[in-house]
Amino acid sequence: MGKAAKRKRKVSVPSTAKGPVKSAMAMVKSNPFEVKVNRQKFNILGRKTKNDVGLPGVSRSKAIKKRTQTLLKEYKEREKTNVFKDKRFGEYNTKISPEEKMIRRFTLERQKNYGKKNIYNLNEDEELTHYGQSLAEIEKMNDIIDSDSDTEERGTLSAELTAAHFGGGGGLLRKKASSGQQDEEEEKPKSRKELIEEMITKSKQEKQERQTQRESALELTEKLDNDWKEIQTLIARKTPKSEKKDKEVEKPKPDEYDMIVRELGFEMKAKPSERMKTEEELAKEEQARLQKLEADRLRRMHGLDEQANKKKPSHVSADDLADGFILDKDDRRLLSYKVRRIGLEVTSVKASSPTSCSKQDFCLVSFCFYFLVPESYETFKSLLAGRTIEQQLIILDRIQKCNHPSLAVGNKAKLEKLFGFLLEYIGELATLDLPELRTIDKLVLPLYNLCQMFPEAASDSIKFILRDAAHDMEELIEVKGRATLPGLDMLIYLKITSLLFPTSDFMHPVVTPAFMYMSQLLTKCRITTLQDVIKGLFICCLFLEYVSLSKRFVPELINFLLGVLHISLPKKRAQGYTVVHPFSPVGKNLELLLVCDKKDLESWQKQNLPLSIVTRLKETSRTEMNHIRLSCLALCFDLIKKCAALYESLPSFHEIMHPVRVLLTQHVPVNEYPEKMQEWYHSALKELENKVKQYTPLISEKKKPVPLKQYTPKIVKVLEFGRKQGGSKKEQERKQLIQRHKRELKGAIREIRKDNQFLARMQLSEIMERDSARKRKVKELLGSLSAQEGEWKAMKRKRGKN
Amino acid sequence: MARAAAVADCVQAVLGSRASANRVFELLELLGGEDEEDAACAARACGRLFGALLQRGELLAGPLPAEEACLAGSGSAEDKYKAWMRHRYQECVAGLAELMGHGSFRLKELALCTLMRFVELEAKHPLVAAEPQGSRTFPRERLKVVVDGLLPINEDASLLISRFQEYMEYDDVRYFVIKAVTGSIAQVMQKTKERPLPFYQQNVFSLISPINMPNKESDMVKFLAHKQAFEKMWLSFLKHKLPAGLYKKVLVIMHDSILPYMNEPTLMIDFLTVAYGIGGAISLLALNGLFILIHQHNLEYPDFYKKLYSLLDPSIYHVKYRARFFHLTDLFLSSSHLPAYLVAAFIKRLSRLALTAPPEALLMIIPFICNLFRRHPACSVLVHRPNGPAGMSEDPYIMEEEQPSQSRALESSLWEIQTLQNHYHPDVAKAAAVLNHSLSEIEDDLSGLLELSAYELFDKEVKKKAIDVPLEFEQVRGLFGKKNDIFAEHFTLD
Repeated sequence: MGKAAKRKRKVSVPSTAKGPVKSAMAMVKSNPFEVKVNRQKFNILGRKTKNDVGLPGVSRSKAIKKRTQTLLKEYKEREKTNVFKDKRFGEYNTKISPEEKMIRRFTLERQKNYGKKNIYNLNEDEELTHYGQSLAEIEKMNDIIDSDSDTEERGTLSAELTAAHFGGGGGLLRKKASSGQQDEEEEKPKSRKELIEEMITKSKQEKQERQTQRESALELTEKLDNDWKEIQTLIARKTPKSEKKDKEVEKPKPDEYDMIVRELGFEMKAKPSERMKTEEELAKEEQARLQKLEADRLRRMHGLDEQANKKKPSHVSADDLADGFILDKDDRRLLSYKVRRIGLEVTSVKASSPTSCSKQDFCLVSFCFYFLVPESYETFKSLLAGRTIEQQLIILDRIQKCNHPSLAVGNKAKLEKLFGFLLEYIGELATLDLPELRTIDKLVLPLYNLCQMFPEAASDSIKFILRDAAHDMEELIEVKGRATLPGLDMLIYLKITSLLFPTSDFMHPVVTPAFMYMSQLLTKCRITTLQDVIKGLFICCLFLEYVSLSKRFVPELINFLLGVLHISLPKKRAQGYTVVHPFSPVGKNLELLLVCDKKDLESWQKQNLPLSIVTRLKETSRTEMNHIRLSCLALCFDLIKKCAALYESLPSFHEIMHPVRVLLTQHVPVNEYPEKMQEWYHSALKELENKVKQYTPLISEKKKPVPLKQYTPKIVKVLEFGRKQGGSKKEQERKQLIQRHKRELKGAIREIRKDNQFLARMQLSEIMERDSARKRKVKELLGSLSAQEGEWKAMKRKRGKN
Repeated sequence: MARAAAVADCVQAVLGSRASANRVFELLELLGGEDEEDAACAARACGRLFGALLQRGELLAGPLPAEEACLAGSGSAEDKYKAWMRHRYQECVAGLAELMGHGSFRLKELALCTLMRFVELEAKHPLVAAEPQGSRTFPRERLKVVVDGLLPINEDASLLISRFQEYMEYDDVRYFVIKAVTGSIAQVMQKTKERPLPFYQQNVFSLISPINMPNKESDMVKFLAHKQAFEKMWLSFLKHKLPAGLYKKVLVIMHDSILPYMNEPTLMIDFLTVAYGIGGAISLLALNGLFILIHQHNLEYPDFYKKLYSLLDPSIYHVKYRARFFHLTDLFLSSSHLPAYLVAAFIKRLSRLALTAPPEALLMIIPFICNLFRRHPACSVLVHRPNGPAGMSEDPYIMEEEQPSQSRALESSLWEIQTLQNHYHPDVAKAAAVLNHSLSEIEDDLSGLLELSAYELFDKEVKKKAIDVPLEFEQVRGLFGKKNDIFAEHFTLD
């Protein structure tokens, strides 16, 4: 507790007094009578003791001294109202620099003295000064001082040396020296022995210093050498010849060439770039990349991303109150394809190839090399209108190159728009009376490239198209109660979706809606014409392609194929199988695929269905129609075969395929079909039949035991006793502040009490002094009076005697 | 315009003095005329004229003698005039009834409104004295004319009927319409001898289906009589053979606008049982009415669950009434006293049929099946059979068996749901994967899933915010340029 006060006093001690106090303290500390030891009752390990030794005498005298300087002064001047005023110019003005201050003061002084004080003094001149002293005065004393100091400085030995070697001329000399150097600081005279010891240590120290300096210099040079050697070896390995030459030339005489070579040696060497990879290596790398991508795809197919992304149940402590309070949130991002840059490279390479190969055809056709991205679809269309496919491709390529996102800021948005335009253009090409499918086939390439560059924009525009189409269909169903299959453009869009995005993902922002849309097409739309059948089969192909890798189960696909088979049969009651929604067992639109004409049956050849058939079928003849019907049937058989191969591994494969099998074996008039068709039929049936039936009972996964929640008390380890623990940082700070305040308050009360005591003491001593003075005076008076009385009596006696 | 003025003049004259009463014939002539405009004018004028006469009491009240007899008779001139005018009124009503069969809807509507105005006025100023003295009478004859006009045999009068609905708000009109319809049905259908009359029956249905019966007895004096009349009407309507579309419509409204207002709902048992036996969508719909009868009126239905079981065929996932059907099925299967074999058979059949279902139905049926497992833990062998026979070559369940008890469902496993774990729709796959683990205690809420439509599903999927869009890494070579492209095998780009 006394510590604070002590510290305070220590701080306020004037700095001039520090030196002597320190020495005095040292003296006092060594004096056992001055030291008060606070004895500890128990020795506690690890406790830091601060106040085990106190110097009560010293501290008391210090306190008294301080009080006499401050409190006592105040006390003595308590009834005095005089104030000391400092009228020096600008003394307390900090804004004026000292030089300026001096100049201003000087001018003021000069102004004050302006005008002659003494009118009779004719040659009153300014007094010349040097360092503020009048030159006249200096001249008077100069000679004596100069001569004296000069000789003494040069000739005399230093006091220490003389003291050490010649006994120092006794106390007199020492006293003189000390008084000359340090005016008031009284130092104890050092003994001779001490002095010598001090000198020896000093010289030793100097010696050691020199030694270390030399050593460090040596070390530095050594290090420098080593460095140089390293660099030398580098030069030697990289360019052995030149190095050798260097050495030969170097030895005789260093000339300019050497200098340059040396300089080059210190310069940064151009590192050799990695060598060009061989084709094998490139292929290997590409393979590795593809493998990685494939692994990524598989992961997404199984929906593992999602599971990983889901927050895992974190460890629940026994004290968890299960109130749903979670401290941190999971903000991990999905793993994404890292293809984009690679894709870009591929893009540039691929995109440039058509340009080079088609250049010879187009030297005649010259179009400008710089294309802006069209602002609207109309301008885009007019740009491509009337050009050949190759020209269109070149234009698209140049637009992409001229507006690469790395070239300007707004290019990204522009190119993203280009993707939308291109899609719209493709849709328009597909809806023409004579759909330009060859053009679309080529335009898919730039579409793919753009998609690789801007996946978000591409997915958005395809989603937009899907949403529009689905919305239209929904409206149709609401108004008319039935929907029709969409045009060729939607089919193409769906196909393009499968080209641009991985269709095997468990969940994909574009592909999943596309799945939903196709499912609606196969279940909601009426099949009334042969075109509808072809469109439906096209969608079936799409479904198969979408799920070809992931092998996902599509009920709509099987239903539709069953329906298609159903409408190829003559009208009769269906037995053993049921067709669902778009098809009906009885009613209209049956026998769409039924062919009875024997001649047509025989003349049929399997042909690939041209897609344009979807838009115009009317002008074809009866025979052709029948042939198309048979081709559809063949396609249907093939799709069944592919489905069977795809779904082989599903546990209820046989149940899924049961209706199809019944229809194929019991209802289809195989014998009437031409031979080719029979081949298709048998291959499909074979694929269905030769699958093993294997059923193993299901076993559900074991349930993990849930640990019981226990409300045990919280236990905290105490690592250090005595220190206040617990609470947050804020709380701890607060506690500390409170404690400090308490301490300060106690200290202040103590100080005030001591001040009062001091004052009381002072007053008492004053009173005592006054009393004693009065006593003395009274005594004096009484003495003088008694002396007077005595004299008077003596006179009286004398007179009486006499 | 000139015609309108002339007609107005004529009305004024007749109303003004009895001397010019003969000008009524001008109006009646116009009413029966060919011209549409004139007929409309005349109809309006007749309404005004006879309305005023009815209010003045210038029509003969009481039984009407034949015209000749009346004129020749020895009554006062006043009486003779009134009787004569009454005959003109009768002619006018006949003319208006004819107009209700006119081609133009405007005229029909006008005739209807005029007739209904006569009905209203006649009720206030009765032409026929009430039987018991002091009670009020209702002009049934007029209303019968209106109802007959509303129910033509050869055309669809739904527009006119919907116009007529506003009069059905009145209790008395409603009551007498019900009576008139009952009479009309008996009369018309007897003639046709069990041959359905699509238009007539359609018209009757659209007239009687929106009837809003009052809910409380205090609303009406003779609530019971009203109910009985209502019941009689429906029974006579349903007695005859209905076209399939109408059958469904009747069944759709059966549970909330017919059964609650019948005096004795059990009378519907025959109709519903027959409907339940028809099969297909009609059976599904009859289920609702049957449920009410079983639940509230102690109907004992033999082999109900067997029948319900046989209703399950692939079309249930595709029909319009899916939500209603599964809502009821859920109710029927919610009893915990059902034997395990029965529930297992239902589970197995539903999941077998789910192999052909669209995703929106799958999203509903999988939680449905999960709920069944929760209610009937004995069925859990279907998903968990630790020591079962290892390699079976057939699914023990017999799909073709009609008796649930014979279907051996409890010996089988739910391979169908396991198959659906590979469904292309991510939500379906996830839902199916739930059955791999042990189920939670709380039942899933089906109410939101029952009405799920494919478009809603699609919309939900499209509106999802994508964090990241994975891309195809295989370089495109053309529209059909993929490896092993199916399209390249079967389609060409011509």
